[in-house]
Amino acid sequence: MKRYSMLLVYAFFFAITVLPSWLGLYDQYIQFVMTLIGINIVLTISLNLINGYMGEFSVGHAAFMGVGAYVASIITVRLFSDSSFFGAPLLSPKLAIFGFPLALIVGGIAAALFSLLVAVPSFRTRGDYLAIITLAVNFIFKSLVENINAVGGPRGFMGMGKVTNAMGDVIDLPWVMLWTFLAVVVTIVIVRNFVSSTMGKGIVAIREDEIASELMTVDTRRLKVIAFMLGCGLAGVAGGLHGHTISFINPSSYFILQSTIMLVMVYLGGMGSISGSVISAIGFTILLELLKPLDVLRWVAIPLLLILLMLFRPTGIMGNRELPDVFPWLRKYFTSTEEIVSHGSATD
Amino acid sequence: MALLQIKELTHSFGGLTAVDDFNLELGENETVGLIGPNGAGKTTVFNLVCGLYKPSQGVIAFNGTSLVGRRPHAITSLGIGRTFQNIRLWNELSVLDNLRIAHFSQIRYGILDSFLFTAKLREEEREVTEEARELLKLFNLEGSEKELPRNLPYGLQRRVEICRALVMKPRLLLLDEPAAGMNPGEISGLMDLVRWVREQFQVTVWIIEHQMRVIMGICDRIKVIDFGRTIAAGTPEEIRNDPKVIEAYLGEEVA
Repeated sequence: MKRYSMLLVYAFFFAITVLPSWLGLYDQYIQFVMTLIGINIVLTISLNLINGYMGEFSVGHAAFMGVGAYVASIITVRLFSDSSFFGAPLLSPKLAIFGFPLALIVGGIAAALFSLLVAVPSFRTRGDYLAIITLAVNFIFKSLVENINAVGGPRGFMGMGKVTNAMGDVIDLPWVMLWTFLAVVVTIVIVRNFVSSTMGKGIVAIREDEIASELMTVDTRRLKVIAFMLGCGLAGVAGGLHGHTISFINPSSYFILQSTIMLVMVYLGGMGSISGSVISAIGFTILLELLKPLDVLRWVAIPLLLILLMLFRPTGIMGNRELPDVFPWLRKYFTSTEEIVSHGSATD
Repeated sequence: MALLQIKELTHSFGGLTAVDDFNLELGENETVGLIGPNGAGKTTVFNLVCGLYKPSQGVIAFNGTSLVGRRPHAITSLGIGRTFQNIRLWNELSVLDNLRIAHFSQIRYGILDSFLFTAKLREEEREVTEEARELLKLFNLEGSEKELPRNLPYGLQRRVEICRALVMKPRLLLLDEPAAGMNPGEISGLMDLVRWVREQFQVTVWIIEHQMRVIMGICDRIKVIDFGRTIAAGTPEEIRNDPKVIEAYLGEEVA
């Protein structure tokens, strides 16, 4: 049974999120927050891959999220919705149920390709350069989009609401939430597999000692680009989901504040821990919502929490451990990736 | 044909010539020592061979393939394993992982396999793990596979590092001061280990060392450099009695 236990966990979370939403047991706001949590889980894990596992320091992750958000939104609005930007839709709005996931994937690919522009020049150098370059890229992204009037420039872009409504008209499902759920599962599976493989562990070796890694035959430059593209591609998918959740996006939604929120979630959860990222994304998103009545003061309270975190638990909630490292009894029920690679398939 | 051929190798850092007209040929399965006072340029020679620096001038060929201008991982993948003066294991990764990652260039599965944990990847990972475990067993390290290297005693860390270099299936093994920081007992163990590795894995060993006991005890040939220049080369016996070597180490005799 051990090999199905992870499936059971996913099924459980499906049963308490997507299923009741579909049955109409949750109001719009709860559904909205749940979707945001899912998006933040994807974002946190994707940034953790770069900053936590690989030990590089990307501070402009929101730019890649923004690329995904804009690309996916432009595609769905252009194809499936009547908008003030492009006029009549090119295809029947009903087709959006198929077009939406494709648009998310294209958004992810676009973000991954955009990240290549950063990765190739910056990974030739070492250390802090990536931080400065990603910061610059975040600025470039914002200024660039602000100057494209066809997608609204600084005023922002909208029309995704019509697309999601059109999907709901075909089959009454919480579509965005459903795809967010799938994106979370895919992200966890892919990143967990990657960092458990000998190839993927190379990025941890790079973090520990890059020169030793290179001399131990690890193609560090290629591997760093792969991991960076994977992280940014996943952020692009999350961006596409985000755009369709809030139905209105503008360039400043994907600026330094958003990048910082992601960094906070990564550090809160623990560098190099997937379960830590999940826990911190859930907790932090709820905290952000709970503190909403504070309005602007929220941005005093949250950084204060970050300072306290750094003072009292600098490794974050989980450090670089996963749940079974903290609760060994979990090992009885879950197959670790180490078991798979060293003993063959799960012994159940 | 020589396994490693170095001709007229010269390297300068700015105005300082660290390696000057270095020549060496290494054959199959021999042990060659490289000695010289501190700052003589010994490690620089290793770093030039491994591609960490690009030589200002000269030829480095491994098995007939020129190494100059190649990136380090491409050079070491050809079959050059190495250890470091100050141990450079990956301290946050288990001993087993340290060995597995050195297998990187031999991985046959692709990136997508690693994302999806395909049957191809599982099969290959199992082989890699099996191979690493066998190597650990040969080195009497099987009990330490889950340990983090930094928690191991110094002597064991050295063994793990040599073990990791052997995962790369090298034909040439570069050992940079393997006896540094060892006590006399550990040094004897190390000498036995190097002799055994050379026999067992049929490698050529090129060793930098300050401990004359090690150098004289295991090397077939020795090369001595000082200020980047070769001052002597020959058998241990010849080197021991070479006045230039004695001068370099002990200073010129006052007339």
